[in-house]
Amino acid sequence: MAYSSKLLDYFENPRCAGELPDANAIAEVANPVCGDVMKLWLKVADDRIVDARFKTQGCSAAIATSSYATEMIIGMRLTEARAVTREQIADALGGLPQSKMHCSVLASDAIRTALKDFK
Amino acid sequence: MRPEVSAAMIPIFSGDFGNPSSIHWFGQQAKSLLDEARQQVARLIRAESSEIVFVSGGTEADNLAIRGIAETQKAKGRHIITSRIEHHAVLHTCKDLEKQGWEITWLNVSPDGQVDPEDVRRALRPDTVLITIMHANNEIGSIQPIEEIGTIAAQADVYFHSDGVQSTGKIPVDVKKLQVDLYSISAHKIHGPKGVGALYVRKGTTLKPLMTGGGHERNRRSGTENVAGIVGFGRAAQLAREGLESEMEHVRQLRDRLESGLKARIPSIHINAESAPRLPNTSNIMVDFAEGEGLVISLDLKGIAVSTGSACSSGSLEPSHVLTAIGKTPDEAHGSLRFSLNAMNTAEDVDDVLEVLPGIVERLRELSPYYKRA
Repeated sequence: MAYSSKLLDYFENPRCAGELPDANAIAEVANPVCGDVMKLWLKVADDRIVDARFKTQGCSAAIATSSYATEMIIGMRLTEARAVTREQIADALGGLPQSKMHCSVLASDAIRTALKDFK
Repeated sequence: MRPEVSAAMIPIFSGDFGNPSSIHWFGQQAKSLLDEARQQVARLIRAESSEIVFVSGGTEADNLAIRGIAETQKAKGRHIITSRIEHHAVLHTCKDLEKQGWEITWLNVSPDGQVDPEDVRRALRPDTVLITIMHANNEIGSIQPIEEIGTIAAQADVYFHSDGVQSTGKIPVDVKKLQVDLYSISAHKIHGPKGVGALYVRKGTTLKPLMTGGGHERNRRSGTENVAGIVGFGRAAQLAREGLESEMEHVRQLRDRLESGLKARIPSIHINAESAPRLPNTSNIMVDFAEGEGLVISLDLKGIAVSTGSACSSGSLEPSHVLTAIGKTPDEAHGSLRFSLNAMNTAEDVDDVLEVLPGIVERLRELSPYYKRA
């Protein structure tokens, strides 16, 4: 298998999965390449992401990158969260096979889309 | 591979045999092994030995059939009839000819994955030189009405090729009854070695070879034969023929156990080509609110190997062309899983799937933003 054990762990035991009832920033994005979808719930207070949850219907790489990105942005300032790149997410999970690089774009898109109404 | 197959091949590697084209004794010994294998393969599809051309596999067999006929017939016409659900070896070969100026009619199939023979008849033109329709589909298992199409082709005096890679060894094949002129088979699909296959070429069929050289295989395929591979292929063909009925009944029972078990345990799943005549070993299911690659990886982590038609798992990032052709949307194809069973599988293997898959599906569905538990 071309996936790292860390990626498989995030796929099998996703962190931050679920919905956030008191979220004040929500985004739903679809991957135009393969049809995967991700929904992201954020709770933003004082220019920081104080909590986050996700749901993803997609492949193992899409689920793992969604989970990792959701976990990593909790506690970040909004400018930091907006600056998270797909490469950063993929690298943190031990890299993705070339044909799966498009998967990590789902999470970085969702973060920016959810925060677009915040200054 | 079956153990009997590797047992038949091992002595060949130890160097006891020569070049089948050589006239010295050990070359002749190799030749007699080839002759025996040729007879074993011929018997499996009820052909004559002289009608079997050994090649490197199903892909080469398809290429040799289609390009070989195209080259010899292009003065008569440049129109080919095929279907939208062919294996890539046929699909991409026809697309390549299309780029070279050939006209290809791509026949649609029914929602159960079957070509209508009447569509073949309607597609015939004075310049049609070849019909190529697979015997059984590799993804969903649907069996095509080859005998009816064979009759239409014979009446119209048009060459007829069928890719029999999936069907051979799984259902009875009689090339004379099917009225095919060319029929592709692959060794590894019948528990033989990889890298070897054969093209049945009906006696009297003129075919331009892809390979030129020393004129091996009756001038149809130059290049020293892969003796070990062919011997393994022959043995596998013999075993497939002897075990066809009992083994395929066993496989059919396992498949039915798998499908009824999954339907009972997992809501919102669909079985593709369920009501079509279907190969006994193939089961293609679609799972709503879960993605195929994730299902494959989860099963793989439990030691169960299956495949998917999801765009997420294909290099091209396109959903399966077969699922698209039977009318499935990319979303539906997204959750497809293909199980291929074989005679060596057991009821315990099926029960392992029945035990782990419902939990895997439930877990992935819980992660889906669209899934609402009933």
